[in-house]
Amino acid sequence: MIRLQSVTQVFNPGTVNENTALRNVTMKVREGDFITVIGSNGAGKSTLLNLISGTYPPTVGSVHVNDVDVTRHPEYKRAAYIGRIFQNPLLGTAGNMTLEDNMMITYRKGFKGLRISLNHRMRDFFRTRLKDLDMGLENRLKDNVGLLSGGQRQALTLLMMVLSEPELILLDEHTAALDPKNAQIVLDLTTRFVSEYRLTAMMITHNMHHAIQYGNRLLMMDNGEIILDVDGDEKRALTVDKLVKKFHEIRHRDFESDEVLLTDPNE
Amino acid sequence: MIDGILIEGLVYALMVLGVFITFRILDFPDLTVDGSFPLGAAVMAVSITSGVPLWLGLLLSFGSGLAAGSVTALIHNKLKVPNLLAGILTMTMLWSINIRVLGNRANLPLLRQETILTLVRRMSTGIMSNTMAVLLFFLVVTLVVKLLVDLFFHTDLGLTMGAMGNNEQMVIATGVNPETLKLIGVSLSNGLVALCGAFVAQYQGFADVNLGQGIIIAGLASVMIGEFVLRSNRIGLLTLRVVIGSIIFRGIMFLGRYYGFYINLTPTDLRLITGLMIILSLVATQMRSNRTNSQRGRRSAAASTNNRTGVGAGGTGVGNEGPAGTGGGT
Ligand SMILES: Nc1ncnc2c1ncn2[C@@H]1O[C@H](COP(=O)(O)OP(=O)(O)O)[C@@H](O)[C@H]1O
Ligand SMILES: [Mg+2]
Repeated sequence: MIRLQSVTQVFNPGTVNENTALRNVTMKVREGDFITVIGSNGAGKSTLLNLISGTYPPTVGSVHVNDVDVTRHPEYKRAAYIGRIFQNPLLGTAGNMTLEDNMMITYRKGFKGLRISLNHRMRDFFRTRLKDLDMGLENRLKDNVGLLSGGQRQALTLLMMVLSEPELILLDEHTAALDPKNAQIVLDLTTRFVSEYRLTAMMITHNMHHAIQYGNRLLMMDNGEIILDVDGDEKRALTVDKLVKKFHEIRHRDFESDEVLLTDPNE
Repeated sequence: MIDGILIEGLVYALMVLGVFITFRILDFPDLTVDGSFPLGAAVMAVSITSGVPLWLGLLLSFGSGLAAGSVTALIHNKLKVPNLLAGILTMTMLWSINIRVLGNRANLPLLRQETILTLVRRMSTGIMSNTMAVLLFFLVVTLVVKLLVDLFFHTDLGLTMGAMGNNEQMVIATGVNPETLKLIGVSLSNGLVALCGAFVAQYQGFADVNLGQGIIIAGLASVMIGEFVLRSNRIGLLTLRVVIGSIIFRGIMFLGRYYGFYINLTPTDLRLITGLMIILSLVATQMRSNRTNSQRGRRSAAASTNNRTGVGAGGTGVGNEGPAGTGGGT
């Protein structure tokens, strides 16, 4: 479905701030994959997702979607089939607009004309879908999204994203800014939507337990490279200990993320 | 005096609506306005003196504003020039163009020409006073334009534009090119400004290249005054307060012009006063948002990272509540 071919990303080339975020990465995302991505800070995880979504073109290499070369397609065009959620809940919705306005804007992908689509039928539809979230949002269609909590806002973003029917979703630590309880709610919702809508997904997480628990495939990144790519039974058999050991075998140094090791498995 | 203020406030409200669209909805501080306002006036004046029907003259003025706005948007979009600079470029070029439009002169009087105002006055003789008729006429014009703007922001396109100043990433995520929205929004804004210029030229009885000086600041001050009047997320109320802001602003200017001499003010001081009014609004807004932030604590502190304030070159939200969202709904 998605193929990255020998992709290298260099930021600020030729300056003192030159920084290679991805080194000659080649990988495929198969349809139906639910990939979790881990790696320490600065490993290049976000850059990988940014290249797939088209935030910027790679310095070297190409990106293919269903065998079409989309390397030069701008982000807004790729958004027709890609949904994204970021760590910052503010990025998914317009805080100064109402829930119904937000849902209407993202409901259909692509250029919007002078039609007025937001009517009673749409509102009823939005209400039913919001009820599904079980957060009481169905009664708040006319409230500004800015009034919602981070967890509610992220859940709404998730709902808005799946309603727009993307083929691939890219989640960049989308629960990291939430408290543990809300993080779990949003995470549960994510897995539910992924299976309900048969989505292909990539999810960056800083929580090793989550990376092991969710999805059918796991990528570990370090210093701009994918150093581990496991799926199937091998993925199922993973434990945090095994992952840390694997990292040491490959890189000959310790996995330097206290954050990861200190994370409570129930979080 | 009151009727004079109301008339001016209503006429200039068309321009303030334009400024509101760029500054508040698109978060695109557009300075083209100082050039597109006299452009609209010039196109109208020339249309009148060359015998073009009034309705067509108004349409041409509006069209000239659309064109001016699209130039700014294209410079910004295609050449990646910062929006402020793009506006200044167009505004500067328009000065020369406006003189060309006026037939290589800086001023074109409309004495003894049939204008929309002479028409209104003639048609209302015997029914009501001239002033009353003009007031009523502009009330209708401004109301109709306001309602059309409201309607636009209820459409799918308008709603999406409403998200622009607030969250450009969301616009991209929904598969819309932000550049297209900027092009449409900035054009529309300048169309309204030029239309306003067309009416002002007829109201004052002449078109002048320098008619546009200080227009953008007047527009901004009006927008900000309106924001103190009421708070809402409904587009209908947001545009209403634009009109109210415009009337209050004209009132303040009127007072300055007629009673200012008591405190040694001259008409040339009015721009200084306008600027000070904007600064004052900014200070008041900052104090207000500081207060709510400390009250609401962490959550709004996080939210405020998204709320740019100040007239900085990069940060563009000049003022009160950050970019205004347009609330649709009924
Ligand atoms: N827009 C950018 N400009 C310059 N450097 C960047 C940019 N984005 C990321 N980087 C750098 O690239 C490296 C990888 O970043 P990122 O992909 O965000 O890592 P991760 O998401 O794994 O923490 C880091 O060293 C980061 O500082
Ligand atoms: Mg990251």
